[in-house]
Amino acid sequence: MPYLELQGLHRHFGTVKALNGIEIALGEGEFLSLLGPSGCGKTTALRLVAGFDRPDAGRIVVDGKDVTRVAPSKRDMGMVFQAYSLFPNMTAAGNVEFGLKIRRRSKEDRRKRVLDLLELVGLGNAASRYPHQLSGGMQQRVALARALAIEPRVLLLDEPLSALDAKVRVQLREEIRRIQLELGITTLYVTHDQEEALAISDHVAVMSAGVIEQMGTPSEMYTAPSTPFVAEFIGTMNRLESTVTDNSSGEVEYSGIRLQLDAARGRTAGERVLVLVRPEMLELEAAADGSAVGPNQLAGEVLTQTFLGPVTRLKVNLGAGAGAGAGLIADMSTARAAALPVGARVVARIPTEGAMLLSLADDGRERPVLDPDNP
Amino acid sequence: MKLRRPKITLSATIWLLLGAAYFLLPLVGTFIFSLKSNQTGKCCTIASYTWVVHNGDFWHTLKLSLTLALETIAISLVLFVPTVYWVHLKVPKLRPVIASFALIPFVVPPIVLVVGLLDVFRGTPQWFYGTPQGFLVAAYVILAFPYMFFSLDAGFRAIDVHTLTEASQSLGASWPRTLTRVILPNIRAAALAGSFLALAIVLGEFTIANLSQFNTFPIFLQYTNETQAYPAAAVTLMSFGLTWIAMLSLLYIGRKRGGTPQLTGAR
Repeated sequence: MPYLELQGLHRHFGTVKALNGIEIALGEGEFLSLLGPSGCGKTTALRLVAGFDRPDAGRIVVDGKDVTRVAPSKRDMGMVFQAYSLFPNMTAAGNVEFGLKIRRRSKEDRRKRVLDLLELVGLGNAASRYPHQLSGGMQQRVALARALAIEPRVLLLDEPLSALDAKVRVQLREEIRRIQLELGITTLYVTHDQEEALAISDHVAVMSAGVIEQMGTPSEMYTAPSTPFVAEFIGTMNRLESTVTDNSSGEVEYSGIRLQLDAARGRTAGERVLVLVRPEMLELEAAADGSAVGPNQLAGEVLTQTFLGPVTRLKVNLGAGAGAGAGLIADMSTARAAALPVGARVVARIPTEGAMLLSLADDGRERPVLDPDNP
Repeated sequence: MKLRRPKITLSATIWLLLGAAYFLLPLVGTFIFSLKSNQTGKCCTIASYTWVVHNGDFWHTLKLSLTLALETIAISLVLFVPTVYWVHLKVPKLRPVIASFALIPFVVPPIVLVVGLLDVFRGTPQWFYGTPQGFLVAAYVILAFPYMFFSLDAGFRAIDVHTLTEASQSLGASWPRTLTRVILPNIRAAALAGSFLALAIVLGEFTIANLSQFNTFPIFLQYTNETQAYPAAAVTLMSFGLTWIAMLSLLYIGRKRGGTPQLTGAR
């Protein structure tokens, strides 16, 4: 039986449908990330669970009890906010102790729990410091300890790392996951950072325009996206708008070039499809005479090289034949990329078995346009 | 590296001295004047101060004005803190409307205000209409409204009201607890600033008290000024000093018991 359920939640702000019937079922102790671009409704969903807002329709059920109309102060949900939310007039210990005082816990009990929690978040020596004496990362740690102090039924985190620098963000997200696993607390995490969501979640729900596009494990979301939006939002993706020409052999046509793809077998001939290939799946080689194109190969020219540390990302221009601005993104080891400088003629091989296929049939919903270079 | 102290230029020093002279010369003049003998008109005697200290009306009216000031501050805070909090939290669109209302006491002359108030409150019970603690405090709350509102408004704008409120509620705090334990301590400076201004207004308000025939401290001061010039100067200086003491007392009562409030937060 699910521990946290969001059943058909709707929330409209004037004519804007912030949430359009989302359904989530989360088991006890599981970690779910709501992932999506700005304005997709993820924070609205979290605020409804916290009780700061009321849905127009639908129910929120925690441990079998309907809490949709329960006041936020009675829900026992710990929340960590995007903004630094520590009470400036209280020390770190005072902040953590606040919820315990409300619950009338004994002084000794409070003192012990505050110290334990500050130790848990690695701030045992900062108990007497005020928020303005703490860095952003430390403040969010205290906010986490404060949320955990009340032993919440569900832990809610609303982009808690977005105001922090990259290194602290990675450190803290790992600590959040460690603590969540240690305490076995059911957690709902809102983020727009797909790397963050994939790194720490049991499940990821990608949202767009008030609906959940897809929900699954991080691995499923990456390897088997069910919609073009998810495919582009999770990681970087090459997309080739093609037409199925032979469904028995799995042949599609892209800009006059025939590609053999396992995923195209059994599709309807003539169907418009989106061929999706991850940059790391593309095989890039220097073209000996600049034009030879073999099976599943697309010819082009290296447009840019971007050093990303372990790999180098190459942007390949496919030329006028593939349509204006058509290009591919390929990731390869930096050593191999050195042999393909900017301007080099190359061929990119689309793997027969690694490419994904999605139907381009429009379901009529509006979705945000994503920049493939900066998903 | 040793930090160099910023150098104060000659022009800055001259402007500073001019500014200081503008404020201090009248006080020095008043002080010298207050040391003159009421009989001979010659310097120097503390007879005027002795006269003031032994004058029952001085203490009576001062006590009354301080009481009225404290009542005004208490009522204003009870009325305006939750109101401004609610406006910031729930109906921010109403803020400009309230701000424009708050300007009315600035625009309406006190003489018009007191005539209107005397008329409006004519039918009210005697304990209200006939006592300074009732009628005058009601009028003073109106007079203090703009000072209190704009001070509190600035205080609320300096904190993240929404996040602090939601954080408090998610931890189980009720509305009153959120207001008293989380919000109020973080707008303390603004509430104190509003209180200082209200105190200064009440201790110096003459028109309404005079027309509604209540003997407050400014009435005593004005009467002394009309009848005895040198003691009037002494009363003026003493009231100046007492106002400062009252303000410092408020500052002491509302002093901070923590670190510097965080004024901003990412949102």
